[in-house]
Amino acid sequence: MSGKPKLTYFNGRGCMESIRWLLAAAGVEFEEEFLETREQYQKLIKGGALLFDQVPLVEIDGMKIVQTRAILCYIAAKYNFYGKDLRERALIDMYVEGTADLMGMIITFAFTPPKERNLALIIERATTRYFPVYEKVLKQHGQEFLVGNRFSWADVQLLEAILMVEEKEPTVLSKFPVLQAFKARISNIPTIKKFLQPGSQRKPPPDDQYVATVIEVFKKD
Amino acid sequence: MAGKPKLHYTKGRGKMESIRWLLAAAGVEFEEEFVEAKEDLEKLRKDGALLFQQVPMVEIDGMKMVQTRAILSYIAGKHNLYGKDLRERALIDMYVEGTTDLMGMIMALPFQPPEAKEKNFALIIERATTRYFPVYEKVLKDHGQQFLVGNQFSWADVHLLEAILMAEECKPDILSPFPQLQAFKGRISNIPTIKKFLQPGSQRKPPADDKFIAQVKKIFNI
Repeated sequence: MSGKPKLTYFNGRGCMESIRWLLAAAGVEFEEEFLETREQYQKLIKGGALLFDQVPLVEIDGMKIVQTRAILCYIAAKYNFYGKDLRERALIDMYVEGTADLMGMIITFAFTPPKERNLALIIERATTRYFPVYEKVLKQHGQEFLVGNRFSWADVQLLEAILMVEEKEPTVLSKFPVLQAFKARISNIPTIKKFLQPGSQRKPPPDDQYVATVIEVFKKD
Repeated sequence: MAGKPKLHYTKGRGKMESIRWLLAAAGVEFEEEFVEAKEDLEKLRKDGALLFQQVPMVEIDGMKMVQTRAILSYIAGKHNLYGKDLRERALIDMYVEGTTDLMGMIMALPFQPPEAKEKNFALIIERATTRYFPVYEKVLKDHGQQFLVGNQFSWADVHLLEAILMAEECKPDILSPFPQLQAFKGRISNIPTIKKFLQPGSQRKPPADDKFIAQVKKIFNI
């Protein structure tokens, strides 16, 4: 075993992207195995690697961890991205659940038939339900980071969410000056800056081929 | 402030039920304020009590916590139901995510279009018996201990019992291929705090009936 965590997922964002972000933010190098065919998926299941027959799967520290949140919580705690006590963890948990909900809308967007897609709802939620909360948190305490005056999982995931929504609507941060400053600040953290450069393991937005691959791999016989 | 956690939600199971179970398992008394009409939800929102305009919301230790998983993690951490180290926490997290997925399917059923209900019901039974229950059956069989993780009662055990009972409400003999889970169910149900919660008159909520579903749809514009 190389010692590096190994990620098994499609060659695209999906539920694994937040994990890539967090590992990158922590400066942890990782390997990836990409799911491309149904046979590969079935082989993984048969081999007992997937606890609930699902990916993401991350092999780390001798464990085969599945379930996105379980993986993220483990990484966050291991690399000190999870606050200093229960109360800070509670804040981080609340904030990441919010950004996860927002990003979840965008993840499913690619898999929704075009006629049923509702981009307006995503932008509305971003600008009236989610971004105002983080804008206010940062404005009120005036600190650089969301929780405990220290870089945490909550900051990484908020940046990820901001960039994801901006891909759909580039002006979405226009009413959120504090978030604009936050975005610039966090983007300049060396590990994040590196991840944002071309050639990193960051994945592009889903395209038709990605969607087709996912559907094909998970198709029921 | 009373000191007791205060739960804000509709008067039914939904996403708050796992929180009620966990507080009860930890022997923590709690109060409840029920959202019974749209106005109740609007008032909470106007008062700034709901971080993302959503319930569940739990007032606990001076915080107004929202987001089900955040609340559950906090309670588990506070009451020593979250394992003794990072690795045990990872196992507990994995297991509760699985039971959350299963219970999520069951909770969503009444809100699905009638044409899809039969298919989705069949999928629930299939998932329970081929994807989820076999995992927990094997975990218990492999280590032979009383509890899922670390030989100690944890959030994972509470959540699994909740999921088992919910699945049995769908199909009473659903545990018949799973002897370990049957024994587990008997064992965990007998833990004093759990036993108390399972008795009539506790704050455990009944399965959703048509009246409740109609009320929820109205309150949340579903």
